[in-house]
Amino acid sequence: MSSTDISLNKDVHHAHDEHDHHHDQNFFEKYIFSQDHKVIAKQFLFAGIFWGFVGGFLSIIFRLQLGWPEATFTFLEPILGNWIVNGKLDPEFYLALVTMHGTIMVFFVLTAGLSGTFSNFLIPLQIGARDMASGFMNMLSFWIFFLASVIMFISLFIETGPAGGGWTVYPPLSALPQAISGSAMGMTLWLVSMALFIVSQLLGGVNYITTVINLRTKGMSMTKLPLTIWAFFLTAILGLLSFPVLFSAALLLIFDRSFGTSFYLSDIYIAGEALAHTGGSAILFQHLFWFLGHPEVYIVILPTFGIVSEVIATNSRKPIFGYRAMIGSMLGISLLSFVVWAHHMFVTGMNPFLGSVFMFLTLIIAVPSAVKVFNWLATLWRGNIRFTTAMMFAIAFVSLFISGGLTGIILGNSALDIQLHDTYFVIAHFHLVMGAAAFFGMFCGIYHWFPKMFGRMMDEKLGFVHFWLTFLSAYLVFMPMHYIGIAGFPRRYYSWTGFDAFNTFTDLNSFISIAAIMGFAAQLIFLFNFIYSIFKGRRATANPWHSNTLEWTTPVNPGHGNWPGEIPTVYRWPYDYSKPGAAEDYIPQNVPFSQTQSSNLPYERDLE
Amino acid sequence: MSTSTTLEAPKTGTWDGGNEPLKASYGKLMMWFFLLSDAFTFGALLIVYGLSRHSHLPYTGSPDDFTFSTEWWPIPEKVFNAFPGFHGVDLPLAFVALMTMILILSSVTMVLAVEAGHRMDKNDVQKWLMWTILFGGIFLGCQAWEWAHFISGTDEGMLLADGTRIFGANLTMNQYGPPLFADLFFFITGFHGTHVFSGVVLLVMVFINTVNGVYHKRGHYEMVEKVGLYWHFVDLVWVFVFTFFYLI
Repeated sequence: MSSTDISLNKDVHHAHDEHDHHHDQNFFEKYIFSQDHKVIAKQFLFAGIFWGFVGGFLSIIFRLQLGWPEATFTFLEPILGNWIVNGKLDPEFYLALVTMHGTIMVFFVLTAGLSGTFSNFLIPLQIGARDMASGFMNMLSFWIFFLASVIMFISLFIETGPAGGGWTVYPPLSALPQAISGSAMGMTLWLVSMALFIVSQLLGGVNYITTVINLRTKGMSMTKLPLTIWAFFLTAILGLLSFPVLFSAALLLIFDRSFGTSFYLSDIYIAGEALAHTGGSAILFQHLFWFLGHPEVYIVILPTFGIVSEVIATNSRKPIFGYRAMIGSMLGISLLSFVVWAHHMFVTGMNPFLGSVFMFLTLIIAVPSAVKVFNWLATLWRGNIRFTTAMMFAIAFVSLFISGGLTGIILGNSALDIQLHDTYFVIAHFHLVMGAAAFFGMFCGIYHWFPKMFGRMMDEKLGFVHFWLTFLSAYLVFMPMHYIGIAGFPRRYYSWTGFDAFNTFTDLNSFISIAAIMGFAAQLIFLFNFIYSIFKGRRATANPWHSNTLEWTTPVNPGHGNWPGEIPTVYRWPYDYSKPGAAEDYIPQNVPFSQTQSSNLPYERDLE
Repeated sequence: MSTSTTLEAPKTGTWDGGNEPLKASYGKLMMWFFLLSDAFTFGALLIVYGLSRHSHLPYTGSPDDFTFSTEWWPIPEKVFNAFPGFHGVDLPLAFVALMTMILILSSVTMVLAVEAGHRMDKNDVQKWLMWTILFGGIFLGCQAWEWAHFISGTDEGMLLADGTRIFGANLTMNQYGPPLFADLFFFITGFHGTHVFSGVVLLVMVFINTVNGVYHKRGHYEMVEKVGLYWHFVDLVWVFVFTFFYLI
């Protein structure tokens, strides 16, 4: 008897849950340990912005060293303390700076900050779901990421400094604590933090994938999904399949470091003393690392593909050009991303034939990438373009993606890579194509969805200033790097004035550093705009951009459960902009064809 | 604009939304995707095994004359030939075959538990979960014995060039062959053992819930099914670990 009672209550509660959630939440449930996807998205966004500033600041410190190698930096002593020795930056600290800059930017900002924010925020809102499939796991995903962040942050302040073996942490350098101070405690914390980070990514990833598969609202077929959702979906799949391999690699590295195994180590002399390690292979780590590492660059860039497609279509007031080609090219890129990893390893002594296979596969990626660029340009072509801040960032994204992508074709050649490997040419290439471009995509998303996140608009004028300063400095920083890279200037070198060949680049390096400082300063404008607008921004309307996707059918400040009434049903694709014969230049996805008879195309008449 | 103004129905195909296109709840899908990613974790480890082994010389002499040496990768049958209670008897792979049988048997009882769940037969679910936990526990016990034996070594040990002998294996030295052989053995079987252990913990939790009638009140035993998926996966991984370490 009692059992049936309880099961009845449960069912009633469940049904109630589905409709609206009126349960009063205290502060902790609402803002700290929230299971609401919108709050979790904002948590990821704040964490991402915080890490963005940390990562950017680190790059400014090493740009000072590179720009003015002869200068003394006693003025940095208050913040860097003993890392400034006799007014000079400690060379090992320099290595730690570039390592942490890379780690923070790639993983904590452009993976967690980007996917974490926009996948969490947009997936339920754009597919028409009350929340993620599992709110609890979603919350866990953020808090494990937070723990990883805390550990990584602590590693910045320990005496031996944070990890210093490069963001790729190649052994044997990273495996031997006695090698450099950056391989001591800092490296251990790096590995622990990354292991937690991967757990967080997996929790988030399975959630994104299952939500997209199972929780789409009625009528939302896979070919009516906004391109953002396709992008987040594929990103999550890439993360799900590639991060575990880094997890294995990191675990083995932890064993090599702490428990005396020899997975990656063999025949090493250090300070004249032979180590007992025998039989392992350092190249093995590189294979495992880049099996993650290459999909990782697409984990960074795919979400911005989606965001940019959406913003460009909305603000050109035109349907996205080649919707299915866009999906197809993203599928192609995702697939190819798993079979090109060894192009990072052309100079490790691999078989040249194998190199040519990887070169061939790598160059094929140019095809889907070109399809995407063509489609973006064709969407812009003769559009009714509105230059909102988000749109400026979206267009600049396309520009940066082209500039950075073209050099990828050069670097993908195994023969050319012999000259260019580990030079500033590589730095310029990947900073443009996945660094700056992904940041622009992220800014684009923040400016575009800010009204839905906080119910207020960001200031357009400050946005313009932020955009132009960032855009100019992105090119001013990275364009000259190509030039010094072709000259053979190697990356990760603390000081280069000792080499006659590179002395002529002093002015150019100072120039890059000035541009980098300008770019960093411009982000303070963004930060001010962001924080100010949360509290004092102009109030937004429910659909300020006149966009078609479902998130704009929610109230200005969507509550828990997103839609106060029933979840909208979807009848059409998300890109019905400027449809001939329609009353307005946009038709949201939840408008049935029977209400738009004047604009229906012949084949749509059957659906009326 | 809202749906209430029209009676028009959207499409209702498999992938048209508003349903579960793969006929699986989100929880089950999550388990499947987790297992997919875990398969990549194990895949990476087994590739490490394959490459490490490939970079060492194989033993080329006749199997009868085989001795342990760091020069070549050992023949598995010569390493794993002990059986508890049969000290000194050469029983190649007998013990690990028994372990494997027990684990496969636990998969069978798991299937029966899931099937009983479909019938909403609480007693049967309890019974078969109990058996699965038991077999899982025995497997872990067997692995503990195998590890203990591997660590303590054989009576003969390995003769080193300086005339001394080493016995057993740990993460830095190994009487059976190159140190990496022991490293990989400990790491991969240990990683798998951790998975089995987690599985047993999950099974115990599910068992307690079943006894308390949680799933009966809920109206379905899907939790048993989800843990079952995990359990079968762990078994499947063992088949690969077994093949790589003991057979090839």
